[in-house]
Amino acid sequence: MKTVITSSGENNLAQFDKRFGRAAWFCVFDEETKETIFIKNTNTNSSNGAGTKAAEQIVSMNVQKVISGDFGPKAKDLLDKFNVQMVIIQDNDVTVQGIIEKLTT
Amino acid sequence: MSRPKTLRKVVAPPNFKGYKPYGTHAGTRDSVELLYEEYEAIKLADYDLMNHLEASKLMGISRPTFARIYETARRKIAKAFVEAIEIKTVYGDALLDKHWYVCDDCQTRFTIPKTIEEHQCPLCKSEQIELLNT
Repeated sequence: MKTVITSSGENNLAQFDKRFGRAAWFCVFDEETKETIFIKNTNTNSSNGAGTKAAEQIVSMNVQKVISGDFGPKAKDLLDKFNVQMVIIQDNDVTVQGIIEKLTT
Repeated sequence: MSRPKTLRKVVAPPNFKGYKPYGTHAGTRDSVELLYEEYEAIKLADYDLMNHLEASKLMGISRPTFARIYETARRKIAKAFVEAIEIKTVYGDALLDKHWYVCDDCQTRFTIPKTIEEHQCPLCKSEQIELLNT
């Protein structure tokens, strides 16, 4: 099962990004192999539709869970349609590593 | 440019496309467009018998805004009744909120799609979860 965590940097120690569509990086974490892959978000600077594009990208990666700070209405609808679980974390000071540790314990 | 409208949360959209009068001679000339949030306002206030403050909180808008939506809803329905015209439901500025849960242990909010069977927090695996906006 794959999980996407929005991240502000390209490694596990980077701060978790609370934005979804305009997050700097997407960290794809595979629960079976415990591997993480970092994918750059190309929609960071787009003026509109960033959430939709990010959601499309996530659906095409065959991910079952997305962890972020918030989701826009369009992204919510789209992720919901493809049965992707959305998880909202309100914490400001949490790293990608911290979330992965919580997920695996 | 005017300030964008706050999206009104609608728990469930109406399960009909509209209403049509029968027994009138005139054909379908005109119609009123009832927005989803107006349907929701009527439902919360007159079907679920909530007061406007409770209902406005549920829809994520202020009480005066709720009162305005409720008023336009009543007027549209009255217009349709008196003039014997169709009611059509249209989307409006609604935000269809699905089932969101909150974990009592770590305060994480999340959805549970149909494909997942366990009802537990995806982060801390706690079973102490609660349904939001019921």
